[in-house]
Amino acid sequence: MSTRLPNGGRLVNRTKVLNFRFNGRKLKGFEGDTVASALMANDQKVVGRSFKYHRPRGIFASGPEEPNALFTIGKDGEREPNQIGTTTELAEGLEVKSQNHWPTLETDVGSVANLGSNLIPAGFYYKTFMAPRQAWKYLFEPAIRQSAGLGQPPTEWDVDHYEHLYLHTDILVVGGGVAGLLATSLLAETGLRILLLEQSPNFGGRLVQDHADFGEGTSQDWVNSTLQELSSSKNVTMRSRTSVAGIYDHGFVIADERLPNTTGKKGYLKRRLWKIRAKRIVLAAGAIERPLCFAGNDIPGVRLASGVRDYLINYGVSPGDRTAIITNNDDAYRTAIALAESGLSVPLILDTRMEIRGTLPTKAKNLGLRIQPARGISEVLGKKAVSGLEMCSQVGEGTSLEKIGCESIAVSGGWSPTVHLWSHCNGKLKWDETKVMFVPDWTHPPIDSNGNQNIFPVGSANGYLQLHEITCQVEQIVRQVAREFDKDLPEIQLPHAQEITEDRCYGTWLIPYSMKPRKKMKAWVDYQNDVKVSDIDLAVLEGFESIEHSKRYTTLGMATDQGKTSNVNGIALVSHNLGIPMDKVGTTTFRPPYSPIPLGAIAGSAGKKLFKPIRKTPIDAWHVSQNAHWEPVSDWRRPYCYLLEGESVENAVNRETLRVRTTVGMLDATTLGKILVKGKDAAKFLDLIYTNAISTLKPGRCRYGLMCDENGFLMDDGVVARLDETTFLCHTTTGGADHIHGWLEDWLQCEWWDWRVYTANITDQYVQIGIAGPEARNVLDKIGGMDLGDETLPFMSWKKGILGGHEVQVYRISFSGELSFEISLRASEGLELWEKIHEAGQEFSIEPYGTEALHVLRAEKGFIMIGDETDGTIIPQDLGLDWAISRKKDDFLGKRGQQRSYLADPNRWKLVGLEVLDNDEPLPHGVYAQCETKSEFDHPRMEGRVTSTYYSPILKRPIAMGLVERGTERMGEVIKFNCGDKMIKAKIVSHIAYNTD
Amino acid sequence: MGSVLKKYSLFSLVRQSLNYHTGWERAWKSPEPKESYDVVIVGAGGHGLATAYYLGKNHGINNVAILEKGWLGGGNTGRNTTIIRSNYLQDASAAIYEKSRSLYETLSQDLNYNIMFSPRGVIMLAQTHHEARGYQRINSANVIQGIKTEYILPERIKELCKIINIDCPRYPILGALWQPRGGTARHDAVAWGYARACSDIGMDIIQKCEVTGINPHANGAVELQTSRGKIRCQKLGMVVAGHSGVLAQKAGFRLPIESVALQALVSEPVKPCLDVVVMANTVHGYISQSDKGEMVIGGGADQYNNYSQRGSFIHIENTVRALVEMFPIISRLKMLRQWGGIVDMTGDRSPIISKTPVDNVFINCGWGTGGFKSIPGSGWAMAELMAKGEPGVLASPFSLDRFKEGRFIDESVAAGVAH
Amino acid sequence: MLKLVCPYCGIEADETELISGGEAHLKREGPASTDDDFEGYLFLRNNPKGIIFERWRHAMGCGKWFHVARCTVTQEVFGTYPAQTHKPPSRIMEEIKSRRAGQVNGLNSDKAEKFS
Repeated sequence: MSTRLPNGGRLVNRTKVLNFRFNGRKLKGFEGDTVASALMANDQKVVGRSFKYHRPRGIFASGPEEPNALFTIGKDGEREPNQIGTTTELAEGLEVKSQNHWPTLETDVGSVANLGSNLIPAGFYYKTFMAPRQAWKYLFEPAIRQSAGLGQPPTEWDVDHYEHLYLHTDILVVGGGVAGLLATSLLAETGLRILLLEQSPNFGGRLVQDHADFGEGTSQDWVNSTLQELSSSKNVTMRSRTSVAGIYDHGFVIADERLPNTTGKKGYLKRRLWKIRAKRIVLAAGAIERPLCFAGNDIPGVRLASGVRDYLINYGVSPGDRTAIITNNDDAYRTAIALAESGLSVPLILDTRMEIRGTLPTKAKNLGLRIQPARGISEVLGKKAVSGLEMCSQVGEGTSLEKIGCESIAVSGGWSPTVHLWSHCNGKLKWDETKVMFVPDWTHPPIDSNGNQNIFPVGSANGYLQLHEITCQVEQIVRQVAREFDKDLPEIQLPHAQEITEDRCYGTWLIPYSMKPRKKMKAWVDYQNDVKVSDIDLAVLEGFESIEHSKRYTTLGMATDQGKTSNVNGIALVSHNLGIPMDKVGTTTFRPPYSPIPLGAIAGSAGKKLFKPIRKTPIDAWHVSQNAHWEPVSDWRRPYCYLLEGESVENAVNRETLRVRTTVGMLDATTLGKILVKGKDAAKFLDLIYTNAISTLKPGRCRYGLMCDENGFLMDDGVVARLDETTFLCHTTTGGADHIHGWLEDWLQCEWWDWRVYTANITDQYVQIGIAGPEARNVLDKIGGMDLGDETLPFMSWKKGILGGHEVQVYRISFSGELSFEISLRASEGLELWEKIHEAGQEFSIEPYGTEALHVLRAEKGFIMIGDETDGTIIPQDLGLDWAISRKKDDFLGKRGQQRSYLADPNRWKLVGLEVLDNDEPLPHGVYAQCETKSEFDHPRMEGRVTSTYYSPILKRPIAMGLVERGTERMGEVIKFNCGDKMIKAKIVSHIAYNTD
Repeated sequence: MGSVLKKYSLFSLVRQSLNYHTGWERAWKSPEPKESYDVVIVGAGGHGLATAYYLGKNHGINNVAILEKGWLGGGNTGRNTTIIRSNYLQDASAAIYEKSRSLYETLSQDLNYNIMFSPRGVIMLAQTHHEARGYQRINSANVIQGIKTEYILPERIKELCKIINIDCPRYPILGALWQPRGGTARHDAVAWGYARACSDIGMDIIQKCEVTGINPHANGAVELQTSRGKIRCQKLGMVVAGHSGVLAQKAGFRLPIESVALQALVSEPVKPCLDVVVMANTVHGYISQSDKGEMVIGGGADQYNNYSQRGSFIHIENTVRALVEMFPIISRLKMLRQWGGIVDMTGDRSPIISKTPVDNVFINCGWGTGGFKSIPGSGWAMAELMAKGEPGVLASPFSLDRFKEGRFIDESVAAGVAH
Repeated sequence: MLKLVCPYCGIEADETELISGGEAHLKREGPASTDDDFEGYLFLRNNPKGIIFERWRHAMGCGKWFHVARCTVTQEVFGTYPAQTHKPPSRIMEEIKSRRAGQVNGLNSDKAEKFS
């Protein structure tokens, strides 16, 4: 039984009891507990089921490396699957549920997979389920999907909040253990900006539980005084509960902060995502203990030795009355000593090494503990909980020498430096045969934009496990880092650390060395994904020799813990199997994040309503008041139409269209791009930008212009107005404004940089109001202030003036064929004039119209629309716009592209009108015409398509435009459009449907 | 040469289980390179292996070596979002992607290797009117091309995808292009299945073999300098995706290709809740749920040239942001792993399967973000090109000279669709 | 996440402020060019696995286009310079030479040995 000890637990506050539920059962823990420590204190042995075989699994570790203790925590909108029990702080009222079982944790039907586990080794699914073919989709895949997956996905919206914070720092110190604290306190002297991030709620790392004394007094005193000193340094920022998730190029760092006291509470700010730019990073991320591979090493009650020590010392939790230890290094003796000193029993220490001489084993021996050198575990006894073990010779085949009773087994296979962050940006690793670990390879470090090393691993992250080594090494490296900022650290007295002798860890990858195949099927490497020693053997046997292959074949290290405890053992087993050195096997690539971070935190405050701000014109509120039906157009929203009470969208569009044709309508055209082009060479420049001549335009006049890209494809269109000799206002499409402005600047800055031309995107500065219809002039005359008669303001001209008391520019242009004015004025006055026009227009039955009526009106007149008639592969010649292509100009953007054979082909599809024959039903959007002949791909050849299709209320019939192969030469011909369920015949006609004069 | 490998089946699993699976054969051999081959394919990714496989299967050319700088299937084949679909607009694209999709349907049986093709259906969301019209256009083309797609409305989308928020996202969900026979497959298995089949018919897969030089005119043969010695061949196929430019340079020509990083991420596994593939091109978010239960999420590509297999966090952030708005429940799932792949983008974003300016040297590249779904079709077309020396119907539109002619195969025209 | 110094405003601009514009120093080919030259200008790219000279625009800043010498493998930056030039300035070339000579992945070997 694991239980709470009467005393101890340096991190828990025994005066503050917290109530929580596990699978509905009411339990108690203390403030300071993690979910895992509280469950252990309540003797919860099985806490979940494994991924593939649904094996019962217990708490295995005490940090983010935990593979087993994953829970669904919270309920309703707050429910979150796959929370790591060892890092989640206990809170009052917490609802904790175990995962991946049905119906209950204790009796899981899915565990039948375990019975047949011999049949389903690594990659079994590649070898079967192939016949009959349909069975995969309907039978096997659904079954596999249902049994896989861990927690249940949430069903409701996330009610919590997340935010992003930005921070620039000179030095980021990752990890607040002894190395990180020491590094920070040394660097604090330099005055540089230091940021220290620690993933757990408490600073100190493993210092206090592993070492009684440090510096002048106890290790706890040292931690306390260091923290006190640092919190008074103005240049030091410290954050606990903040896990560095990823390091990216040029010193960009992502860190995930969990806010305290929010677990189990709804609607709180739960996480902060820190976006940090650090000039240098001191990596003091510590190390992670490895398990050992022996039969039954996954039975609940087998735990990492360091974890056992943590639960004992930090939380005052006993792992069970009797704990056997198995180790290949001296560090695990700390656990033995701590257990013994707490009054618990350690019946046996199995040490796989032949000789054991270090300080710690000696101390254990002096405490009267039984140490067995050269011994391993033949098999762990027990099913859902450890009941004992069979001892065997490590060098043998696993003959049982003795049976030992115990409830808990503490295992240590040595330590692996936490090098993930070193590797994110391409830092290489090397295998250290003496230390039996992958350590950062300082000859291939991650680099900053200047090519200099920017991550500096210290302490156990750099492969140093001894306290006295760590202090010296931290000082050396930190000195080097400070020098990069031209700072010298003063000579200082490092805190004293007791030197202890440790024998080297011995790389024991199989226990026993000649493990039988049957036992290999019970010896786990990756606990969560159920990868066993036998699976790695199988992968290698079948030729999956590259570590990337064997990882993918077995799924080793691909679980939520990303192989924190399993990767090195896996690599070692491959190396062992192939008989090649660890270095040659290599490592898989570590990818961000170090620990999983919620997608909600990545999205931040922009994850919900603030996803992407909507651009609104100054008249937007008025549109709202008129019941606008919206259409998103690039980042803007524009009224598609305005709905009267009970009116359908179709009817509204027809009404608005007719209004413009019969009396007058008004349009908010503010979103149209407006780019000012000014300078001595502006005319020359625009001659190259537009396909037609702009330099010949007189001041006061307007011209419709086309812009092509260098391929010759039509990119944007709009009216250019010449404001004066050296100034032009170029209108662009709504979606094109920013792009076209960038495009102009590109040519000006990078190609014709000696020309005197300046551009400004003034789209936002002006409101543009379109007034169109036979009564348009009468409405504006009523407002008064300007003569807008044909003589003073002929078609395709513009002028300045005062209208209704506002300074305006009026453009006499038309996109509907009706008498039309576009009025441009200061954005701040736009709504006022809009309302005046609307009021003045009442006697002419003025109505606002939206984008769809605009489209119908232009289509009736055969005007093209960028994005409808064009799609990025259309040249102006296809659209009958040859008149807008200057033949006199030597050059314009796109001219050369249009000379290429495919673009000059006379058989290209040309713009025509399409008149349906059989019925009054409009042609559907985007349908293709097909011929009787076949294409090279053996389906009917296509000879045209519909680009725009509408119902014309004025003509009382459908109208359409389309691109048809040699269409302009085939007037009157009837072609067939394949509309899926039927063919619609249409006659090729002029693209101008209304008022063809 | 017939198959010499023992067949995979439930029966073989049972038999092998009796001796604890210690009797399995190697999935593929690991031979030393020979001095010369009829055909050498550089690049043992999906496309290279598929090319070799169909050279053998369709054209009887078995004296083939496939050279791989790293480990087979280790490039984009092993780091993509595994989407398979053929709802393309242009005839040429529709033809090759549909060929590919139909080959995928029976690939497990053809290769005797379960590649887990899962025809669960692909939804491409229309979120602007422009996009809606674009998808209607593709659907119309597909009708004629004989590809089964359908333009569906929001109610049907919600039926197919229960976790989608169709009510009020920033860009309303107006409709979708639905291809019920699109889906996903297990990416590694595709490479491994082809590799096993190639090895089985006597082809040499040579891993950890980097091509360092190419002499295309060595006495009527093409001679390669490699890290494992000189290798001669009658015909050389370059199928190295993002590294095509580097290899082409060694053979003495340039390509209309730029290599950029495309990023993806997976969440932790959860129980099944998303049964279709959803693509949202307006916001550059692609999501499906793997058989393991992970949400597999793809995003936009970096715009700058990159060979580092890692991209910028901003793309991850933008994609996640968009998808969280659209699928509110994923907010509480956690990102487990993110990575980048180097994709090769051409001037029109469509691939190249072509002869090159150098005789007997052929190239297959430029699949950009559409590489995985095209593996079988691409291999099929490339094998035909290499065996006959002239492109067949599938490959011929994808020749290199189209850029000079201005003959674009542009799939983005309909709705800015990413592949 | 790249960080580039805009040579116009002198600030270190985050990638999110910038728009990338592809290979720099391309020569525009106009109506009189041959098919080959035009194809080269519009499509063929060096796409180096190594040092690239490329265009960026400080779009969310001063709006200026500038050029960058960057390694496409390590993301090392060798300098930025204004776009009004047909070839990289000599200081950039010097920087490339000095950094890529006698160094292993940006760290000289004596520094490396000390802590390994």
